[in-house]
Amino acid sequence: MTAATPTSPHARLEASDLTLGYTDTSVVRDLDLQVPTGRITVIVGANACGKSTLLRGLARLLRPRSGSVLLDGEAIHRLPTKQVARTLGLLPQNPVAPEGVTVADLVGRGRHPHHGPFGRWTSADDEAVAEALTLTDTLGLADRVVDELSGGQRQRVWIAMALAQGTDLLLLDEPTTYLDVAHQVEMLDLLAELNARRGTTIVMVLHDLNLSARYADHLVALHTGRIVAEGSPHEVVTEDVVRTVFGLDNRVIDDPVSHTPLVVPVGRHRPRQPAPSSTVSPASQEIR
Amino acid sequence: MTVTLGRPAIAEPPAPDALDVVRRARRAPVRHHRRLLASLVVALAGAFAARVLLGDFTVTVPDFVRIVGGEQIPGASYIVMESKLPRAVLAVLVGVAFGVGGAIFQTTLRNPLASPDIVGISLGASAAAVSAIALAGWTGWPVSAAAVVGALAVALAVRAVAGDHGGFRLVLAGIGLAAAMQSVIQYVFTRVDEYDVQLVLRWLTGSVNGVAWQAIGLLALALAVLLPATAWVARSLRATELGDDAAAGLGVGRGRTDLLMLLGVLLVAVAVAAAGPVAFVAFLSGPIARALNRGRTTLPAAGLVGAVIVLAGDYAGAYAFADLNLPVGVVTGALGAPFLLWLLARGPLDAHRGRRAG
Repeated sequence: MTAATPTSPHARLEASDLTLGYTDTSVVRDLDLQVPTGRITVIVGANACGKSTLLRGLARLLRPRSGSVLLDGEAIHRLPTKQVARTLGLLPQNPVAPEGVTVADLVGRGRHPHHGPFGRWTSADDEAVAEALTLTDTLGLADRVVDELSGGQRQRVWIAMALAQGTDLLLLDEPTTYLDVAHQVEMLDLLAELNARRGTTIVMVLHDLNLSARYADHLVALHTGRIVAEGSPHEVVTEDVVRTVFGLDNRVIDDPVSHTPLVVPVGRHRPRQPAPSSTVSPASQEIR
Repeated sequence: MTVTLGRPAIAEPPAPDALDVVRRARRAPVRHHRRLLASLVVALAGAFAARVLLGDFTVTVPDFVRIVGGEQIPGASYIVMESKLPRAVLAVLVGVAFGVGGAIFQTTLRNPLASPDIVGISLGASAAAVSAIALAGWTGWPVSAAAVVGALAVALAVRAVAGDHGGFRLVLAGIGLAAAMQSVIQYVFTRVDEYDVQLVLRWLTGSVNGVAWQAIGLLALALAVLLPATAWVARSLRATELGDDAAAGLGVGRGRTDLLMLLGVLLVAVAVAAAGPVAFVAFLSGPIARALNRGRTTLPAAGLVGAVIVLAGDYAGAYAFADLNLPVGVVTGALGAPFLLWLLARGPLDAHRGRRAG
């Protein structure tokens, strides 16, 4: 569906026999994953299935209990942190905007990995910030204080910071949380554009299965820390997989806009008798 | 079957005026910060001059220059060189150390209550120093070393109890340890033969009075190492302020934060070794500097604010009451208590530093 750049035969980021966890429980078990280079990969799954944990592991925030994460063929935990940060950017779920900080200042902090021990701000940094602000359409906010922005604006600014980092790979943990549906679509459009324009490899965790199916080139469905299905949205989003992953009785139909799979949940509560030939009402609830 | 999703055109790489917008937006906070530092330096110079020249024994500027130049002026020379000047110099050094050390804690732990004087680190240094002096008979740099060990011990204990995160667990653990340290200090005073009120007050509340030039020189030397090191390490604050995960994404690991905290502990410890735990200076300076800097983090301004507070507090303590020479810690303690209440009344402390995205 997305006109992505040609696939590289070689995955730059991969997990091999990866087990991740906290103190005494393993959340992700023996997982193998090759992130297709230059594509958008979306990780989906029910709450507590380990999708955020997997993303944190890929971003080297978590040390593997066994197995490894490889970045360009090398174990990510043995690479210098700054070197990783010049290749792989991360937007965590809850970044903290320091009090009083302006948009230009915050986005400029994305340049941190590019500054050496005596690193000073250069005009190349100014250019990277200007480009990131332009791409995310936040240039007009440059001198505003981040605290005072709306949720959608703030999320754009955080993405601008990740862009200013200038990495080929970008990992995002639920970038659409707290956004209304219009801003969710706007955010995902923005990421799709970045992927198309810059060939940035994107890996993100999303809650909304239908938006995931629409924007992903590569979909990874996780259930209790293991990959249940992986591939194009058409391959992954089937009634069986959705039933397994979410424990939800459902129908999968064709999305009339993008012609990707659209999941329609079957709940117990159906107040209106469906007309036999009607299409899905626009108010059909989101899969969460 | 598939369609290409609509991709509204996005702007091409930045136009020259986009660069101008970025440069202008980046310059404004930097300028404001510079102006703030300049004003604080002026205020500090004024407070320093007042402390040295005015008071119950006035010294003229020409006399002061001659005295510092080595000339002997009967009476005046002694008062300036042995009382006023060392007090003022020590006040500045101690104020800077507490101000910067406190702001490091408050910024890193994202909680204004997590300052070293509230969470027992100052009192830990004090308890160790007073034990070294009164029980072991130490003098000079070993006392500073003992203070550093005491401060580190409390810092590690607080961290062990509270875990990695700041918040109220850390503050409560720290308040408990602070009380324990206070009782150690009080216990030590039951063991010394000569009961000296000034000495008790120094190690419980802090004072810049009657400190030898040698001790001041030692503190200056320590700060000459610690402050540049802090400036170096604190550059990572720009990343760590964004939260642990975002900082890691920018290539800044927890090690940098721990190193910065260690420098904060050392700054506070050496200051306590020289002047005792001057109450609430570390606690007050950071938030005041932040408020003056439009809410933004600033360690240098916190240091300057700390110096002004200690100088002014010492001046007030010495001359505000006719027959009473109060140690500076009593004055800053009296200032700090209402500030603490105001901070608590103002609402949730977690909201002080940054809000969640979205």
